[in-house]
Amino acid sequence: MEEKQSYTISIYSENNIGLLNRISGIFLKRHINIESLNVSGSEIENVSRFVIVVNTTESWARRVVGQIEKQIEVIKAYYHTDDETIFQETALFKIKSDLLFDQRQIQNIIKESHSEIVTVSRDFFVIAKTGRRPEIEALYDELRPYGIMQFTRSGRISVSKERMDISTMLKEFQLIN
Amino acid sequence: METKTLTKKQEKKQTTMRISGAEAVIHCLLAEGVDLVYGYPGGAIMPIYDELYKFQDKLHHVLTRHEQGATHAAQGYARVSGKVGVAMATSGPGATNLVTGIADAQIDSTPMVCITGQVASHLLGSDAFQETDIVGISTPVTKWNHQITKASEIPEVIAKAFYIARSGRPGPVLIDITKNAQFEEFDFSYEKCTGIRSYNAKPEIDKSSVQQAAELINSAKKPFIVWGQGIILGQAEEELKQLIEKAGIPAASTILGLSALDSDHELNTGMVGMHGNYGPNVLTNECDVLIALGMRFDDRVTGDLNTYAKQAKVVHFEIDPAEIDKNVKTDVAVLGDVKESLQELMPLINSNKHEAWHEEFKKRYAVEFDKVIKNDIHPEKEGLTMGEVINQVNRASKHEAVIVTDVGQHQMITCRYAKFNKTKSNITSGGLGTMGFALPAAIGAKMGDPDREVVAVIGDGGYQMTIQELGTIFQTGAAVKIVVLNNDFLGMVRQWQQLFFDRRYASTEMVNPDFVKIAEGYHIKAKRVSKREDLEAAVQEMMASKEAYFLEVKVEKEDNVFPMIPTGSSVADIRLS
Ligand SMILES: Cc1ncc(C[n+]2csc(CCOP(=O)(O)OP(=O)(O)O)c2C)c(N)n1
Repeated sequence: MEEKQSYTISIYSENNIGLLNRISGIFLKRHINIESLNVSGSEIENVSRFVIVVNTTESWARRVVGQIEKQIEVIKAYYHTDDETIFQETALFKIKSDLLFDQRQIQNIIKESHSEIVTVSRDFFVIAKTGRRPEIEALYDELRPYGIMQFTRSGRISVSKERMDISTMLKEFQLIN
Repeated sequence: METKTLTKKQEKKQTTMRISGAEAVIHCLLAEGVDLVYGYPGGAIMPIYDELYKFQDKLHHVLTRHEQGATHAAQGYARVSGKVGVAMATSGPGATNLVTGIADAQIDSTPMVCITGQVASHLLGSDAFQETDIVGISTPVTKWNHQITKASEIPEVIAKAFYIARSGRPGPVLIDITKNAQFEEFDFSYEKCTGIRSYNAKPEIDKSSVQQAAELINSAKKPFIVWGQGIILGQAEEELKQLIEKAGIPAASTILGLSALDSDHELNTGMVGMHGNYGPNVLTNECDVLIALGMRFDDRVTGDLNTYAKQAKVVHFEIDPAEIDKNVKTDVAVLGDVKESLQELMPLINSNKHEAWHEEFKKRYAVEFDKVIKNDIHPEKEGLTMGEVINQVNRASKHEAVIVTDVGQHQMITCRYAKFNKTKSNITSGGLGTMGFALPAAIGAKMGDPDREVVAVIGDGGYQMTIQELGTIFQTGAAVKIVVLNNDFLGMVRQWQQLFFDRRYASTEMVNPDFVKIAEGYHIKAKRVSKREDLEAAVQEMMASKEAYFLEVKVEKEDNVFPMIPTGSSVADIRLS
């Protein structure tokens, strides 16, 4: 049996409303759970970038990327292992304001975890932490005993170590045609 | 629209006219060379139908009796003519009735453009009358789809739709047009689409892969070609023939590739797959180089993948990159248009003959003939067999007819025994196995090439799934010949029940109506045959008819189709009985 591991799938695409539906359908059909999904702009104007994290085998990652690339609006898709990418997630913690003053320990936690205070109001304050999943989870575990009013974590964002030369591809299209 | 497309200005001076979106749709279709559309009207598409009325001398609309019929007719038309088939329907149920045909066209790579009406854009998302999210519903089964809410989008989107449907690996496209966009007036002009930057229809051929393919083919002692519908879609029939003749390679077809090479060609060894021929299936596991041309290693072709052609080096010529290594790991992949790739390959191929190897196929054929074919087409038992009917059709058609089949035993028997000497002659639902496909597809096939004889061979089950299209045949005068092979069973399912479920015939027996009377009710000439001595004359009479003709043949109720590779078995373990 081929081993499963975490793969980051990066998709460059035209900005299209229906595309997310098409792409998620490709995973759904094969019962591959999307661990995280992030859609944003990219280094190219009007080109979107999807970063999708899945836990699957290499051969499935390759086939899924093949099916994704086949979609008309997809310019190019790649898959990478964790070693081949630089990646981060961001989490927000909403916490009662009085704790910040009553519990000295909280200030230490914030400092040691390299997180930052985004805002402080009368009732609550918000901590943001960017990093790898285990760091965010460690911070979560440390804060939990004090009471977390809200917690949320973003999908993975990642850039590859290898070049992903979309601009050249797009220029070539203009030249050939 | 965000997508960057390339367009070609029309030859004629570009003029704009102020017209409605609905009228623009007609002009777009005409500009794409469409002269025939299939469809069914309803509220949300009435503005377009109103324009169809005005343009009826230029653009012919065929009213099918169900929207599913419109899609299958468009598919039959596309597969015989090589052009894009067009189907239209209203919103809601009209649109959802298209879905089966769209899914069929997607899996069988048939170029088709479907146009659906949609509720006015201010009503979208409000659960309005006959509102349905057809773009969402059709997403997994279309090559591309798009909803238009403004008239000004119509030309660019339709141009793109036709480009996508017919280019690369063809497929179905659905365009959903809201009613307000159909009414709205705008300045219309049309430019054909010639490229989309995020879509590479035809990968460039890598010369070194062609070189490697040639080396493998030249060094092979036991090479074997399996070709698929890609040969037909890529118009590479002549290249296929040249290759097998020059290199002396025995070849077999997938079900959808049939008719790309003359059935009686010396090196044509038949069909691979679950009910294919004995030799090509078994010898897949003995060849040393397997050359796959425009085919996708469907599971009904390969059987158990873990034991499929493991001994062979695999060369795969394919236009769709996602098919490479999807099911079978290749040693050499030649990506690109199969016609161009084969043209590059030919000069590198040494003339050869593999007579001893070819002999292996002939030996297997003799076994299959003795155990199966003889009894199928020259039976000695009393009941009529499906095979002998097809044999009579062959004799009457002189191998020139387009043969359209539905799904089931009759389909497998027909694809096994029908003879073809022209390409684009075997029209069947391969990938989806859609019962109800044949009758409407035959209508489309006849209209796609009116000079050709079209014979639809259908089971009594599938016939009743789209039997209402007899009305379309009557109304349009489409001269299709319909043969229903009636075994009063859902035969293929019954066969599986017999073989794998201890003959528990759960819901497969059919109590059928008088099919002759039904055809006659539609004013179609009809006949029933149940005796061998009447068969030949009846088939001849049907084929000689200038008009549509219905022939019911009462065949043996519990015959089985063999050979057979049981699901999950190896091609080497194909059963002859
Ligand atoms: C729409 C649809 N429903 C169900 C099936 C499953 N199925 C495959 S073959 C078959 C039996 C077909 O019977 P009939 O049309 O009488 O043809 P025969 O096999 O007897 O030649 C069935 C039910 C199918 N392929 N398509």
